[in-house]
Amino acid sequence: MARTLIDAPASAKRGDIVEIRMLIAHAMESGHRAGPNGNVLPRDIITRFSCRYDGDMVFSADLYPAIAANPYIAFRTRATESGTLVFTWEGDNGFAQTETRTITVT
Amino acid sequence: MKRALLLLAAALAPCAGADDARRSGFDFMSPGTQAMQRDDMQNPGMLWAQDGEALWNAKAGARAIACAGCHGDAATSMRGVAARYPAFDAERGLPLTLGQRIETCRERHQGTTALAPESRALLSLEAFVAMQSRGLPIAPPDDPRLEPWRERGRQWFEKRIGQLNFSCAQCHADNAGQRLGGSVIPEAHPTGYPIYRLEWQDMGSLQRRLRGCMSGVRAEPFPLGSIEMTELELHLARRAAGMRIETPAVRP
Repeated sequence: MARTLIDAPASAKRGDIVEIRMLIAHAMESGHRAGPNGNVLPRDIITRFSCRYDGDMVFSADLYPAIAANPYIAFRTRATESGTLVFTWEGDNGFAQTETRTITVT
Repeated sequence: MKRALLLLAAALAPCAGADDARRSGFDFMSPGTQAMQRDDMQNPGMLWAQDGEALWNAKAGARAIACAGCHGDAATSMRGVAARYPAFDAERGLPLTLGQRIETCRERHQGTTALAPESRALLSLEAFVAMQSRGLPIAPPDDPRLEPWRERGRQWFEKRIGQLNFSCAQCHADNAGQRLGGSVIPEAHPTGYPIYRLEWQDMGSLQRRLRGCMSGVRAEPFPLGSIEMTELELHLARRAAGMRIETPAVRP
């Protein structure tokens, strides 16, 4: 079960710069820690985040083992047209989470 | 102008009044960690609170009834509830912590099984319920039936334990504000539990935190859910009476 918190404006004026902020629940297990039995816990992290705005990639990031659990990502983009923001997180062990938000541009 | 400054000071230090010498762990944190707690979008504890809200509204157990089925809107029915816990349960004749109260409610009224201590589901429900009291002062009940447990809690707090032979009070009362290694020793006021602790990279209960301190002084920690833990919680709530609840708090 992956859970996200997304703060994206529902509406904006054309040409405005809007800030979009996200949290996602993920352990971000680095692959360098020992478990209770002394064996190294296998790496299990989110490796990639991307955001498409009406199909166009407006932001993406590669994530690495040194990033903390439950990663917080914030970025700004320019509101151009009313449309859909699609947020995608992908990671180890087939982890995939997609969320969408609509934005109305006036 | 003076009033504006006072208001600003109140906003910056949400956890203690001007005439109150006690300080929440919040006041000892770096500005960055404080900002993380203040902003619900950066506070990972809100992920748990959000889960707790879903659990609050989900039907569970043999009677297929949700928490909301009896208690309705948590924003009104649960406001101030966490501020009063631990509280006395007449049926069992024991004080119960907030987590145990939730478990008891699940068993008695929903007809479902208890959740594991420190489980994601229980921490989520606790965080959601306690968050409804955010900003309210901790208000331990004035219940004489709690006194024997509270008194034992005070004794645990002052008793030297472990190979290092330290009591809680020696650090958190006598030397609060000093440093232990690189970290400031806070005053041990349970204002924000369950907390998101950066060291844990996870949410955890007050009892998990207490166990951390106990193993830190090389003592055998009390088990989660033990009566000794409840006694300590009772004493800590009395020490912190009147301080504002910050759940879900972030701590380093």
